[in-house]
Amino acid sequence: MKAAVLVFPGSNREGDVAQAIELVTGRKPQMVWHGDGDFEKTDLIVVPGGFSYGDYLRCGAMAAQSPVMAEVKKRAAQGVPVLAICNGFQIVTEAGLLPGTLMRNAHLKFVCSDVHLKVETSQSLFTNRYQAGQVIRVPVAHAEGNYFADDDTLKRLEDRGQIAFRYCAPDGTVNGTGNPNGSIRNIAGVFNETKTVMGLMPHPENAVEPMFGGCDGKALFEGLVEALT
Amino acid sequence: MSGASLDRNPPVKLPNEPTITPKIVAEHGLSPEEYQRVLAIMGRTPTMVELGIFSAMWSEHCSYKSSKVWLKKLPTKAPWVIQGPGENAGVIDIGDGQAAIFKMESHNHPSYIEPYQGAATGVGGILRDVFTMGARPVANLNALRFGDPAHPKTRHLVSGVVAGIGGYGNCMGIPTVGGETNFHAAYNGNILVNAMTVGIAPTDRIFYAAAAGVGNPLVYVGSKTGRDGIHGATMASTEFNEDSEEKRPTVQVGDPFVEKLLLEACLELMATDVIVAIQDMGAAGLTSSSFEMAAKGGLGVIVELDKVPMRETGMNPYELMLSESQERMLIVLKPGTEEQARKIFEKWELDFAVIGHLTDAERMVLSWHGDIVGNIPIPPLVTEAPVYERPWTLTPLPGVLDADKVPAPKDWRASLLALMSCPDLASKAWIWHQYDHLIMGNTAIRPQDGDAALVRVNGGHKGLAMTSDCTPRYVQAHPETGGRQAVAEAWRNITAVGARPLAVTDNMNFGNPQKPEIMGQFAGAIMGMAEACKVLDFPVVSGNVSLYNETEGRPILPTPTIGAVGVIEDITKAVGSRLIQAGLGIVLIGETTGWLGQSLYLREACGREEGAPPPVDLAVERRNGDFVRSQIAMDRVEACHDVSDGGLIVALAEMAIAGGTGMEIGQPAGNAVPSHAFFYGEDQGRYVIASGSADDVIEAAHAAGVPAVLLGYSGGASLVVKSLLSLPLSDIKAAHEAWLPGYMAATD
Repeated sequence: MKAAVLVFPGSNREGDVAQAIELVTGRKPQMVWHGDGDFEKTDLIVVPGGFSYGDYLRCGAMAAQSPVMAEVKKRAAQGVPVLAICNGFQIVTEAGLLPGTLMRNAHLKFVCSDVHLKVETSQSLFTNRYQAGQVIRVPVAHAEGNYFADDDTLKRLEDRGQIAFRYCAPDGTVNGTGNPNGSIRNIAGVFNETKTVMGLMPHPENAVEPMFGGCDGKALFEGLVEALT
Repeated sequence: MSGASLDRNPPVKLPNEPTITPKIVAEHGLSPEEYQRVLAIMGRTPTMVELGIFSAMWSEHCSYKSSKVWLKKLPTKAPWVIQGPGENAGVIDIGDGQAAIFKMESHNHPSYIEPYQGAATGVGGILRDVFTMGARPVANLNALRFGDPAHPKTRHLVSGVVAGIGGYGNCMGIPTVGGETNFHAAYNGNILVNAMTVGIAPTDRIFYAAAAGVGNPLVYVGSKTGRDGIHGATMASTEFNEDSEEKRPTVQVGDPFVEKLLLEACLELMATDVIVAIQDMGAAGLTSSSFEMAAKGGLGVIVELDKVPMRETGMNPYELMLSESQERMLIVLKPGTEEQARKIFEKWELDFAVIGHLTDAERMVLSWHGDIVGNIPIPPLVTEAPVYERPWTLTPLPGVLDADKVPAPKDWRASLLALMSCPDLASKAWIWHQYDHLIMGNTAIRPQDGDAALVRVNGGHKGLAMTSDCTPRYVQAHPETGGRQAVAEAWRNITAVGARPLAVTDNMNFGNPQKPEIMGQFAGAIMGMAEACKVLDFPVVSGNVSLYNETEGRPILPTPTIGAVGVIEDITKAVGSRLIQAGLGIVLIGETTGWLGQSLYLREACGREEGAPPPVDLAVERRNGDFVRSQIAMDRVEACHDVSDGGLIVALAEMAIAGGTGMEIGQPAGNAVPSHAFFYGEDQGRYVIASGSADDVIEAAHAAGVPAVLLGYSGGASLVVKSLLSLPLSDIKAAHEAWLPGYMAATD
């Protein structure tokens, strides 16, 4: 699997995801600068976490207008898979690649903590190594991760199986206690209609080694390798 | 224009430049005697910008004029020390061609006046100190002291400081992995915000501030210069009074996004071979950075101030030299490399300007649209800088408080719950969950999971352990003992995770040094620290002094915060303090005499702050610590926790609730110490170990002359202390975790 990781001014988890990709593929991904509208052909595009453009104006709003995102939109339309994590999720919603938006956390504070996620489907490039209903533990680290979409959009997402992950309690119960940011219907990650674009607030790339937060995120990258190699 | 021709010109007076009066001199924080020194050095009346430069360079903050004579007493050398105090940060060798670069610095005064920006720029400043030297920062820590929780400003200050630290560190993408937070009424008018950064660099690519090469270009990079923070260093060198709120404009405003760009651009530049010297613009901005670079290199410098990138129009030389705008660096480049360097900074959308060059004249010459506006000889400003041997009176050692004079708890359950939920011991999860402590993917021991934070060094199995420690109530009671204890506890915390303690950075926070009793606290603390650092082979490699932490004559508790770093070769051998396994032997290492003087139990349960603090026997400290580390290395230890604030029972309760495993323990038969002193006493040099081979540990301890005793075994869901207490962990955890969120959510 060849992967490309975008780098915007202010990105800061591009190294973490590059490390995770290298761990499972044995090769370093290409790092693509935000000004490069033209980058090598790749099997996977990763939009990483961070504070692109300082998160000024609105998280992800400026990055969504960058030359590289115009190219990402084009390739996504051609079916190239896009994994968008945290600030990346904010960027792709701003770019219109995924529905909904990420608002300020309900408690108005930054939150860095392990959370539990319920895997909603194993029928995707990103989740094929998980079982539907499985509970995994990965961290979040954000101030604007409060997912919101209107009722019609939510209905469409749920009807078409476009919810990837929901926040839950350690036993898998989807309720308020497991929700770190107030996301509507505990939504932590969503797909586009073709399930080739996935955005999520949690950081699977920070859960790939036993001593460093556990390994529950590793299967996401392994599943991608299996699907895209 | 050439340097030589500029140098011959006398300074011109700028339009509207005021005449220097005694009032203006006083406003610059210079005493009449100090002004006489200025006149003697200059041989004429200084211009305003020159006066401003003297004021900043001779401020307590920049010159260490009251503390210098004492700081010299600290040991600073060891075979693994690459760079001791005097540079932007300390540098130690951690093996494999790698160096750890670290320092702790205070941002106390600005954080009280404007908590968010004060704390944020404190983090920004210490990060720059570390990456200026070529290191990529890998971890942040912070030591915070706030006033009484009941004081009307405390909640606002906690909220702002924590948000500021998080806002800056999170955006920079550096994990904030550890620290400490205390509350005491003595900090009501002066909070302490001490920020520490640890970075890693290859030992052969460390960058220093000493300028070299006459004619080499002086380059300004980063943000533009605005009018913020003018005279920050002078503000940080005076006491507060009721007008301090008016000093808000002297607080700088940070932009972590620009600092992130600056970090990446500097590291990219450092990977090339064009830098001669580099220095961040921190306190006293362009003044101290240009001055220090030239002074350290024994050279002169010409600064063409009109070439400095400016944020607003109408700025004058005085403002440009004294602004403390953030996210700026000064670099001396190799000649002819300007365009190569410029390209890197333009890629990162940062300002880049050649603003002068080095000369051999040993003078700082400032030009403004072709006119000389300042011309100061550099060596005398350093050699003739005031150094004060201020009078000092040592704090006498208070009498030892007999355990019999301290009542035992009537209700052991209530007393333990009260202690576990008191502001100093209550969980600080509300704070550290606002800090990204996981970014970079190397955090092996997270906040609250161990005595020290542990971060993997990229590309190997090595780990860096780090901690910050000080027990101000001990220092207040007897500074020498308190100084010794702060160093010993930091050393102990590094040891408790299995790492080898290597070096220290100190952040000396004290009151007004012109009072002999305050200067005595400083002197005493230094004496204790120096002795501890020496016996424990724990040199001081960097540090910072913050004096005048007083409001209307009331000083803070003397707080010499110790930041420490250690290394463990194989990170998989490290242990945390969480008790997660049943059936382990719970072993107490070290001697328990039941020392209740200055204990938290005495303060929280009895409302008394009295007696001598627990003595620290450094030879015993070393012996016990070396033993514990050896047992961890032999894989005999599953969890380890030092015994500190709150004594043995608090240490046990913390281990149990962190790991969700209870225990059944008791005071060993035949032990004559009264139970409340045994469990709440704060004797030093002690650890609790949970081990699957407790007998072997105890046998080895006795062979090494180390006191060790089996207290009981882990298991169950309660903390059971034979004949005294049985408390479900869920109750302890609830009390421990409820206080801070509850306090912060209240609105009174």
